[in-house]
Amino acid sequence: MQVKNLITSLTLVASSVFSINALASDTIKVGVLHSLSGTMAISETTLKDTVLMMVEEQNKKGGLLGKKLEAVVVDPASNWPLFAEKARELLTEAEVDVIFGGWTSVSRKSVLPVIEELNGLMFYPVQYEGEESSKNVFYTGASPNQQAIPAVNYLKDELEVERWVLAGTDYVYPRTTNKILEAYLTSLGVAKEDIMINYTPFGHSDWQSIVSDIKKFGSQGKKTAVVSTINGDANLPFYKELGNQGLNSEDIPVVAFSVGEEELSGLDTTPLVGHLAAWNYFQSVETDSNDEFIELWRAFTKNPERVTNDPMEATYIGFNMWANAVTEAGTTDVNAVEQAMIGQEASNLTGGTALMNKNHHLSKPVLIGEIQDDGQFEVVWETDSTVAGDAWSDFLPGSKDLISDWTAPLKCGNYNVQTKTCSGKTL
Amino acid sequence: MTLINTLFGQGKNKLDSRQQPGQKTLPFVAILVISTLLACGANLLLPESSALYVSTHTITLLGKYLCYAMLALAVDIIWGYCGILSLGHGAFFALGGYAMGMYLMRQIGDRGVYGDPVLPDFMVFLDWKTLPWFWQGMDQFWFAILMAVVIPGLLAFIFGWLAFRSRVTGVYLSIMTQALTYALLLAFFRNEMGFGGNNGLTDFKEILGFDLQADSTRVSLFAITAFLLAVIFIISQYLMNSRMGKVILAIRDGESRARFIGYRTERYKVWLFVYSAIIAGIAGALYVPQVGIINPGEFSPINSIEIVIWVAVGGRGTLIGAIIGALIINYAKTRFTALFPEAWLFALGGLFVLVTLYLPKGLMGLWETIQAKINKPVPEAKDEMKTGVSS
Amino acid sequence: MKQFQNLIYGLIACFSFAFFSVYAVANDSQSAKAKSDTELLVALTQVKLKQMNPLLDQIKSSQAQTALPIFKTLLEGRLYYVRSGKHLIQMQKIGKEKHYFELESATALPHLTKKLVKKVKLNNSVRRYLRSAIAELELSHPDAKIRAAALQSLLSNLETNLQVTIEKRRALETDNKVIDLLDVALNLYQLKQSESAALQIKAIEQLASRLEIPVKNQLTTVAETSPDPAVKQAAFDALKEIEHSTNRYELVDQLFFGLSLGSVLLLASIGLAITFGVMGVINMAHGEMIMLGAYTTYVVQLLMPNHIDYSLWVAIPAAFMVSGLMGVIIERGVIRHLHGRPLETLLATFGISLILQQLVRSVFSPLNRQVFSPSWMTGSLEINPILSLTLNRLYILAFALIVFFALLTLLRKTSLGLNVRAVSQNRNMAKAMGVKTGWVDAMTFGLGSGIAGIAGVALSQLTNVGPNLGQAYIIDSFMVVVFGGVGNLFGTLVAAFSLGIATKFLEPVTGAVLAAIIVLVFIILFIQKRPKGLFPQKGRAAE
Repeated sequence: MQVKNLITSLTLVASSVFSINALASDTIKVGVLHSLSGTMAISETTLKDTVLMMVEEQNKKGGLLGKKLEAVVVDPASNWPLFAEKARELLTEAEVDVIFGGWTSVSRKSVLPVIEELNGLMFYPVQYEGEESSKNVFYTGASPNQQAIPAVNYLKDELEVERWVLAGTDYVYPRTTNKILEAYLTSLGVAKEDIMINYTPFGHSDWQSIVSDIKKFGSQGKKTAVVSTINGDANLPFYKELGNQGLNSEDIPVVAFSVGEEELSGLDTTPLVGHLAAWNYFQSVETDSNDEFIELWRAFTKNPERVTNDPMEATYIGFNMWANAVTEAGTTDVNAVEQAMIGQEASNLTGGTALMNKNHHLSKPVLIGEIQDDGQFEVVWETDSTVAGDAWSDFLPGSKDLISDWTAPLKCGNYNVQTKTCSGKTL
Repeated sequence: MTLINTLFGQGKNKLDSRQQPGQKTLPFVAILVISTLLACGANLLLPESSALYVSTHTITLLGKYLCYAMLALAVDIIWGYCGILSLGHGAFFALGGYAMGMYLMRQIGDRGVYGDPVLPDFMVFLDWKTLPWFWQGMDQFWFAILMAVVIPGLLAFIFGWLAFRSRVTGVYLSIMTQALTYALLLAFFRNEMGFGGNNGLTDFKEILGFDLQADSTRVSLFAITAFLLAVIFIISQYLMNSRMGKVILAIRDGESRARFIGYRTERYKVWLFVYSAIIAGIAGALYVPQVGIINPGEFSPINSIEIVIWVAVGGRGTLIGAIIGALIINYAKTRFTALFPEAWLFALGGLFVLVTLYLPKGLMGLWETIQAKINKPVPEAKDEMKTGVSS
Repeated sequence: MKQFQNLIYGLIACFSFAFFSVYAVANDSQSAKAKSDTELLVALTQVKLKQMNPLLDQIKSSQAQTALPIFKTLLEGRLYYVRSGKHLIQMQKIGKEKHYFELESATALPHLTKKLVKKVKLNNSVRRYLRSAIAELELSHPDAKIRAAALQSLLSNLETNLQVTIEKRRALETDNKVIDLLDVALNLYQLKQSESAALQIKAIEQLASRLEIPVKNQLTTVAETSPDPAVKQAAFDALKEIEHSTNRYELVDQLFFGLSLGSVLLLASIGLAITFGVMGVINMAHGEMIMLGAYTTYVVQLLMPNHIDYSLWVAIPAAFMVSGLMGVIIERGVIRHLHGRPLETLLATFGISLILQQLVRSVFSPLNRQVFSPSWMTGSLEINPILSLTLNRLYILAFALIVFFALLTLLRKTSLGLNVRAVSQNRNMAKAMGVKTGWVDAMTFGLGSGIAGIAGVALSQLTNVGPNLGQAYIIDSFMVVVFGGVGNLFGTLVAAFSLGIATKFLEPVTGAVLAAIIVLVFIILFIQKRPKGLFPQKGRAAE
């Protein structure tokens, strides 16, 4: 008798304690999978708040399909296996209809098998290295051809740069971006000895030798620029060292892909003035919708100084597109929404509209800005029209034959145009 | 005979209860086996609508906890019983995990995004042409498992042989183990190493032909983990109660004395260290298919410190304590990080301080005290927990 | 050369366009010449960035007197204009606040607010133009140092049209250093333009001892392209000579990098050398003490925004107090109870470190905080054109040594130091002799933590001030202390500098990551060989 009771209670405990208590089912649930603690909390907390703000705004407009939206927030704590675990929890226990989340590539890679297995829907709002296209993920950040290649074109055409330093933190995004850039520069006729590639560990803080190498590399009579994929915390010491060793932005400009308004808000930008960043969005762009967005954001965070940045715009666009797609499909069913997403348009905060392509990547404008002493960017250049995001780079030998098309009849994320097969498909 | 005695935790061979509080092996193993079977049954047999249904998510979580429990057991064996505080056990765990991860990676075959039959995706992506030598043979399950045991064991042997022979002890040893795992962390972050850099190994498809995403595979993995935990627990318990275990305890409490009596203490320490590293490696190998990713983050020194904390909270020097500590803290972590991400670190930090201050023997020690109070109104003479490592 | 021509054509094209736009703005002017001075300045507020350089050129040639201050203000990003009247003004930052002044008279314009004014835009190409224009205008500056600096910056982009100016200057110049530089410039012209091989070789001979980078570049070009073999050979020999001295200075440079890294390691670890080395507490919260010091710097700068240059002098004692006090609290509250159980202190202090990190996150947000560098710490000390030592590193190196020797004196010469040593060597005996061991423990731990706080002030000048600051240094600090020998301060000093130098000499060969790994593995192996570090403490009781 006692044993039986024990067993019953044990199983009960086991099944109840691990579940998030599901609330009434007449809401549409929006999962938020951004780290709120750990090393990535710095960047990701902002995006969590952005999603919450968008949900609130949507509810003010009456929700979707006559239902209110409800955000379900979990904390994967910058721990990559935990991302997979929490994604499973969101999809199976909380039964969310969509997930907004991820920042690092590894977090996305970790979530990917889970989200494909359970047929979930995720929006990934950060610039990344490309080389991926999943049926279940929409990539609203920039791929390398929407950030790196236009930036290099700018340096080459406008600043007449002839020598290139590709400096990055040693992880997959810089590695891939630099591989693409190296191939691209070579295709433009840049000699091997005019390209210097350097990798440093995360959070690298002693840049003396590397900056002095860059100085040497840049003092050989040819105009030199640094293309930086240096991540997060390593940036401030890098720029400081540049300034102290007397390399200013006129001599050797640095164009960065991971330095935005949020990152700059934590540092004294005096030594950075004149250095560049390439993004799809800058807070300083003056449009009505951007002013409105900034206003809203500051009211939401109750901080009149709070800055906005590119991944926030990517979240904004993604959210709006998703809301439109759900309305269009009349359901939150993943397959229907996924098809409705393709071809969806939403307005950018910087003017114009973004378009969701067949490969689950966006067409967006590319802007290049110079860092100002107030931590903002001054736009110095922008593309004439929008640039379509490439899932597979044309400059990598492994992926130049691959395309992604999620519409019928192909319905494949990695279709090889040479062999006419969809690799990786199991069935 | 000894084995039976060990199982029942009594008999003539019973050790001084001061060092072996409440070793009720059989009840523990029984609870472990029964709850495993129940959880498996509840997942596979009951319909999802049933109130008693255990979701696959829960099963995976439980499996992960059991891997951590095994890891805690490994640390407890050397710290609790031999006084060697390793701040680098995460390294052995991760190495075991990488061996398994490499096997799972090779199993993907041409189903990777680039469709290369041999090279894993990240190698195609970095434009590598051939498979590095250390990836050879990892497509064989038996070989990968062998490596998951041999590599951590070998590393532990080399490290232990060097360290214990030259009598690096106490604090120095702890710091060195930390340096070891930190060096490995940096090394595995490097993309040139050929282990996928920061992203690690992921996107696994199947193990031994079984689909990793199928419920039955997950349940089996969980059951295997529980079974192996029980086996390792019994073996360790036997070992600790054997003659060798006594020498090990003697080393903990007074290494010089044990040496002067004539024991080659460094040999005992080296082999115990290797044994512990192998357990950690097995735990890692079981962990990877269940969580679906292995990356250098597992080498981070903070992770290794956390393992020590599980053991300390549960009660070191008691194998059950280590397991309970790992289960409780990880469960709390899962729950509370979701509920109060802000306050969670305060609570965790506070817990460590309080446990070290007021519960030097951990939860098991607390349990002992309570039991002692219930059984005998007059408590025994207070015995101080000795750490074995004197300053 | 062709490029240069293109540039000229481009400039001319832009020039006429800029003129056009200037006149379009000034459509009500009858006599362009009379009003042109102010018109040109007003145009600054209206032209597109691309037309900026020609416009500035025009200003430079038409009003050389006023151009210099305007250019300087513009280059510093302080040139603003009033939105309504397009009237140019200058901005001065006092602390964090912007104040506006008349451009020439510098009278304050307190009625202007942020909304009423706008900054004159500029970008890199404008900045580059400004720098060379300013250098050109400063060639005749009364201060010889400024003339030299101007000439230095002109050398890297020696334009043909400057030759006459430089020759004129050479005739007037009296300062030897400037004369040297002028000669370099003239020799470079000679080398570039002369048809005569003899003259070229003469120029090469005079340039051979110069370390200026443009000299090397020009010589390389000559060595590669000159049709005359004799000239080629001369350039080649000169290059060899330059190479030789360059290598020597680069070695010095590398050594300095190593010393600088060593000083950072030393600062990060001396606090630990006391709490861990002398007291035997495995203080995992040591990194957080450093972090607290860095945050103290941030708070001090918040409190005195108008005196950033002096803020560090206030921050050093403040950080010492804050971290030291925290250390005393930790010692009295927790560590005291764990006496003689070193491994347990590890767990408890690890818990404390988690709490402190989260505390900082809750109070200051998880974002990095902005700590300013005082002006006297930015820039570098130029010894010659290749060798320049960055000032912040130089100061930190000196600071680390000062802190170290101050601490050493404290431990050796004061009664507190005597007590600390007594307690660490034989606690019971010290107690028996009447030393208040509890008090000494608290003071020692406070001292170690306070010094970690001071290290935080220094590190705030080099790296990010955020909740993870301490984590980044904790492992390195332990390595340094263990490598040097626990309980031996001199060992810590030697260990910090040798590890720093080793890392910096390895880095160019192996890359940063591998260098770190090699150093770690080396320490691990070294400790196996000598379990008590470089300088084991002698005479302590056996285990």
